[in-house]
Amino acid sequence: MEKELKKNIRDSNSIYKTPASAGVIAVQVDDLTVAYNYKPVLWDIDLEIPEGVLMAIVGPNGAGKSTLIKAILGILKPIAGSVSIYKKPYEEQRKLVAYVPQKGSVDWDFPTTALDVVMMGTYGSLGWIKRPKQKEKKAALEALEKVGMLAFKNRQISQLSGGQQQRIFLARALVQNASIYFMDEPFQGVDATTEIAIINILKELRKAGKTVIVVHHDLQTVPEYFDWVTFLNVKKIATGPVKDIFNDDNLTKTYGINYKVSIQE
Amino acid sequence: MNSAQIEIQIIASLVAVACAIPGTFLVLRKMAMISDAISHSILPGIVIGFFITHDLNSPLLILLAALAGIITVVLVEYIQKTGLVKEDTAIGLVFPALFSIGVIMIAKNANDVHLDVDAVLLGELAFAPFDRLLIAGVNVGPKSLWIIGTILIITITLLIAFFKELKVSTFDAGLAASLGFSPAIMHYGLMSVSSVTTVGAFDAVGAILVVALMIAPAATAYLLTTNLKKMLALAIIFGIFSAISGYWLAHWLDASIAGSITTMLGLLFLAVYLFAPSKGIIAVLYREKQQRTEVSLLTFLLHLKNHNEEEERHVNHLNEHINWQKVRSKTVLDLALKNNMISIENSIVSLTEKGDDFTSQAIDYIITNEDAKIEHMKDDFFLFRG
Repeated sequence: MEKELKKNIRDSNSIYKTPASAGVIAVQVDDLTVAYNYKPVLWDIDLEIPEGVLMAIVGPNGAGKSTLIKAILGILKPIAGSVSIYKKPYEEQRKLVAYVPQKGSVDWDFPTTALDVVMMGTYGSLGWIKRPKQKEKKAALEALEKVGMLAFKNRQISQLSGGQQQRIFLARALVQNASIYFMDEPFQGVDATTEIAIINILKELRKAGKTVIVVHHDLQTVPEYFDWVTFLNVKKIATGPVKDIFNDDNLTKTYGINYKVSIQE
Repeated sequence: MNSAQIEIQIIASLVAVACAIPGTFLVLRKMAMISDAISHSILPGIVIGFFITHDLNSPLLILLAALAGIITVVLVEYIQKTGLVKEDTAIGLVFPALFSIGVIMIAKNANDVHLDVDAVLLGELAFAPFDRLLIAGVNVGPKSLWIIGTILIITITLLIAFFKELKVSTFDAGLAASLGFSPAIMHYGLMSVSSVTTVGAFDAVGAILVVALMIAPAATAYLLTTNLKKMLALAIIFGIFSAISGYWLAHWLDASIAGSITTMLGLLFLAVYLFAPSKGIIAVLYREKQQRTEVSLLTFLLHLKNHNEEEERHVNHLNEHINWQKVRSKTVLDLALKNNMISIENSIVSLTEKGDDFTSQAIDYIITNEDAKIEHMKDDFFLFRG
């Protein structure tokens, strides 16, 4: 059993796999409770995210969507519960995970270039003190090309549009070459072209057997973009395949008002 | 120049460099006021250290003072975390409290020694060459030179070793945390370096002016570059320049060296603030003026595009139709002519092919905000530079 698990981890790192195959759990969250100043913002969350899904986390403002991602990544300390990435604590699995924070969480006036920001994605595999070299630069340039931003590599980041900044963040995650991608509202404040470009890249990642978890706001696009969904409002409401659970019942439970979305088949 | 003068300038320059390095990161982290807090609240640490060692340059004193600096940061964060007051209020509560404890301790116990409030606030660089370091009876130079030199070497070593970690945790603490570079470690590391540097610089420039040396060179450099390494280099250069020119200003005015250095820092910032090529006030005003003209030009071109009737396009009637003053229409007309966007025949203005293309593209850009197509236009026109 142990041996097989290890093999799975290795496979997920290198070889393309069919989505959600063999029921391997990429991310497991058990009894997770997170509080700000003793007020719980996430309450007793149990969640299993299968390998190879493209999953949306949806819920109203203040539902704890970003908090859930931050707690999984160890950025916030939960007051109870545990998280594992391929059956091991996050600290041991950092290199399997890439994170795209909300665009608004950083100061875009910081004196640096697009290429330099993307290079930051390589810092994790470098570890402390070691500096990025030619190899890391090459990987960063490739990632920039993938998101269509190669021409802007030397542009100061404040001189980029919102959509371009989001692409830079995506490139920074791509350069980490991870198995699991966490993205906090990657579509916020981006133009339509960028939104399409981003979702195409996410779908490509999924095809390559990666697991992609996205905090998402636009309910209309959930069935079109994602194959898995988690409804969250402080507690977990539901989680599963979009075609099975993305319905008015769950939306109403999550958003508290009568929700009607017409799901186009 | 005698050797004392040279020594003072070297000490002042080393202090400036040692301050500029942590200062750059404090400015980028929007924590400039923390350096003010640290510089004041290390006083009780200095006083206690002085009572124990009776030596202003003892390493124990530096350690105690640095500890007081860290306690300041922890207290500020603790008060802020309660959510009852904001950060600036927390800073305003913590450092005067610690500083006043130091002031009372000096007044009660140190009246007859050369630790007085004036020296603490303003420092006394002029006396630095008199206090020599003797190793085995040999005079190896001023003590403060050795102290600040040691601190500077440690700071530079840490900067080179952890440059990448400092950069990523300053720019994006969330990413740094997820990559395993604890932002807390970087934060307290930076705070420790700032505290130690402040103590080392204290003797030379005092509590108030050390803040200027940390913040002003970095703030000045920030206006001039969009590259972190260049910002550090510029901050260091500005620091050294102010230290040396400030010394000679003091010499000439027969005034406080620390005060003159700070004056130079202020003047340097003012000059850059006014004249910096892209972020300076004059450049910004010029750009705004250009943008106004360009918007007028576009409005004018659009008017021509939308109207085929001759009366709408007659030179003399343009004022009325677009409702502009004569001077403005003249500027716009000249600009459009100069760029071959319009032609004038018999006082009737028409768009040229180039003008027509330009207008269509500009409208496209403004409506769709689609960047890629008009990349080349950004160089010609300020308007499209976001």
